[in-house]
Amino acid sequence: MASVTFRIWRGDGETGEFVEYSTDITEGMVVLDAVHQVQAESANDLAVRWNCKAGKCGSCSAEVNGVPRLMCMTRMTDLPTDVPVTIEPMQAFPTLKDLVPDVSWNYEAKKQIKPFKPRTPDNEDGSWTMYQEDVDRVQEFRKCIECFLCQDVCHVLRDHHKHEEFVGPRYFVYTAALEMHPLDTEDRTEELKKAFGVGYCNITKCCTVVCPEGITITDNAIIPLKERVADTFYDPIQWLIRKATGK
Amino acid sequence: MAETKEYDVIVVGAGGAGLRAAIEASAHGVSVGLICKSLLGKAHTVMAEGGMAASLANVDSRDNWKVHFADTMRGGQYGNNSTMAAHHAREAPDRVRELEAWGAVFDRTQEGRILQRNFGGHRYPRLAHVGDRTGLEMIRTLQDHGIHQGVDVHMEVTIFHVLKDGDRVVGVVAYDRERGRFRVFKAKAVVFATGGIGRAYKVTSNSWEYTGDGQSLAYHAGAELIDMEYVQFHPTGMVWPPSVRGILVTEGVRGEGGVLRNSENRRFMFDDIPDLYKDQTADTPEEGWKYTQGDKESRRPPELLTRDHVARCIMREVRDGRGSPHGGVFLDIAWIKKNLPDAENHIKRKLPSMYHQFKELAGIDITKEPMEVGPTTHYAMGGIRVDGDSQMSTVPGLFAAGECAAGLHGANRLGGNSLSDLVVFGKRAGEHAALFAKENGWGTIDQGQVDSAQKTALAPFDRPTNAEGPFQVQYALQEKMQDLVGIVRRDDELKQAVDFISGLRTKAEAVGVSGNREYNGGWHTALDLDNLLIVSEAIARSAVQRQESRGAHFRDDYPEKDESWGKKRSVTRKAADGSMEVFAEDLPPIPSELQQIIEENR
Repeated sequence: MASVTFRIWRGDGETGEFVEYSTDITEGMVVLDAVHQVQAESANDLAVRWNCKAGKCGSCSAEVNGVPRLMCMTRMTDLPTDVPVTIEPMQAFPTLKDLVPDVSWNYEAKKQIKPFKPRTPDNEDGSWTMYQEDVDRVQEFRKCIECFLCQDVCHVLRDHHKHEEFVGPRYFVYTAALEMHPLDTEDRTEELKKAFGVGYCNITKCCTVVCPEGITITDNAIIPLKERVADTFYDPIQWLIRKATGK
Repeated sequence: MAETKEYDVIVVGAGGAGLRAAIEASAHGVSVGLICKSLLGKAHTVMAEGGMAASLANVDSRDNWKVHFADTMRGGQYGNNSTMAAHHAREAPDRVRELEAWGAVFDRTQEGRILQRNFGGHRYPRLAHVGDRTGLEMIRTLQDHGIHQGVDVHMEVTIFHVLKDGDRVVGVVAYDRERGRFRVFKAKAVVFATGGIGRAYKVTSNSWEYTGDGQSLAYHAGAELIDMEYVQFHPTGMVWPPSVRGILVTEGVRGEGGVLRNSENRRFMFDDIPDLYKDQTADTPEEGWKYTQGDKESRRPPELLTRDHVARCIMREVRDGRGSPHGGVFLDIAWIKKNLPDAENHIKRKLPSMYHQFKELAGIDITKEPMEVGPTTHYAMGGIRVDGDSQMSTVPGLFAAGECAAGLHGANRLGGNSLSDLVVFGKRAGEHAALFAKENGWGTIDQGQVDSAQKTALAPFDRPTNAEGPFQVQYALQEKMQDLVGIVRRDDELKQAVDFISGLRTKAEAVGVSGNREYNGGWHTALDLDNLLIVSEAIARSAVQRQESRGAHFRDDYPEKDESWGKKRSVTRKAADGSMEVFAEDLPPIPSELQQIIEENR
């Protein structure tokens, strides 16, 4: 058993400070265990958001030593413990209290995206015929646990605060899952260009790096969406047709 | 003065059952408010792994709702509410197809239909699934559909009191986590979809939310609870390292061919096969393997016997000194490489979360080495007593669906029957709550009840903080429930637990908290304590009463089934003097047409 010091952000978005706490670390502990131990031992009113503690719900996102991660999947043995471990809330969103960010913007962003609209069922019982190879790429996107770490690390949101013009990597993955769903009949290309701001993404792939589910966000979701936008709006032949038909 | 909002129907809980109830109520043209303790999409449903049972018969054409019904009743040792079991088996296939119509993407068969996998106690491959993250697929589908159905969602809001007007429920009182402000929700009908009680135990697969809120608040509001002694201990939870002890290892591992071994490398599950399942269980490891690979002539390996039985066999191996180094047994999926080319990728594709979980949290590569597993508190079969058709509790206007409701699963739940339960009965509860709201006008909110509930909720701030804070009281309860009201139970230990709980109540009522009302984990835990103590007491008292072993309830001092107890169920309710009353009543007879289905499928 070894005592480790943590520097944990206490306060809201406006005011606050890092407060140091020490607690004993035992074999196999993850950062979330340490935070809970601090909460139970010396800071009962410490605010921390969590649910499953198994990397499945995406609630306990935070920045550990400056890196956006799930606290429940960050093992203490992977961190240097001879210096204090710094834990702060995600920086791309306002802080409610301590380690809890206000992520409500994400829920509003999702609502703007047109919902799934399937084609008429293929079979009499109301079901469809789809093959595994047709759904593989959508299933990759549907692994998303909505931890919002990709949103947190994206410089368009984090540094440039384009929350009004840009929906962020999470919602490009969501849109891609809908657009590439074999049954979906909706078209979201215009919004992608205008309201969702897909053009702001300059493919630095920071989102892909932090994704705890290993979704290849940039290559498999964002780039194909950019291509759709380019095909629709910037293809010279399409442009001529639109000019000629007035559509 | 607390902010008041009015809805025809209030749904409490936003897992599979709550979301489905809210969607259905809204489809019936009433206004709906959905209250959830966490952020939307984070409820415990997200952790369900293996799949959703429905007799689609896509993989084995012999399957139909009657076989599913009979399997569910056998698994529940016939303590089930047979009406619910029949509705569930009949309606589950439509609920699966509905999820597909709302965007869910299940794994596919070669023919392009929804793929189904084997699971314990199900005669045919029946679980529609998405790898081992089926719960995530369900909750996200319902969430993404639900946000466009005109439902108002109140996230990170916790209810702590049910408001009544005479006999009838007329609303709930809640606090929001963010600011700690009180909110009053006035409603014509209320649906509880609040989940389970796993946090009453030390080793559990359940998240922090599972503190028995719905069961306890319904109890205080006068509703009856039934079957509280039946707590499912899932046979395979992680056992090492300590910080992850209890996290679920899906039954899907065994469904895909994983086997259980003890320290002597023996497949001990072959040593003890219950009579009820003898005819359906493989004679040899070869036959068991063929079954997991879809051979219709083979019978299931003993690893896929019901969860109660597998959990007890694991306990026995550990107790008799044949366990793994950290007090579990070995679960081995890596061995299939002997039989399958490219087994490593097959395992990663079929069990991605398990691969990830063991790799990240335990440093184990499951494609190469066995896992260590042991039983973990997983599911409450018992809960709020509901009408089998409408899901209304014994209190008018209060409905319940999903894990917090009781009846479908009897003495033991089959894997895969929970996800289907959520949507089948979520839909029913939503529909009947909407009808109730249409047939009944607004009741009157009694401000006195609101004021008194708020005063009680704030009391911890006025008390001195001492060494035994809210977390310490919770830990003490969890330790005792684990030790005395766990998988193997005895009269003296159960009674000791009842006494301990009563002593702990005094401590819980003296707990003080520090800080302010904003997102204060200590305060929230202090408010959860009453719920945890109520459900723990109900479990312990019901377990004392049932002097036999049946399903998930195993008594060391009464190790056999008892025919007369088999015809009874336990009922828990709040007596007029405020004390807890537990008694046994006769199970209603199974209707003859359903009994016939059971006989045909023996």
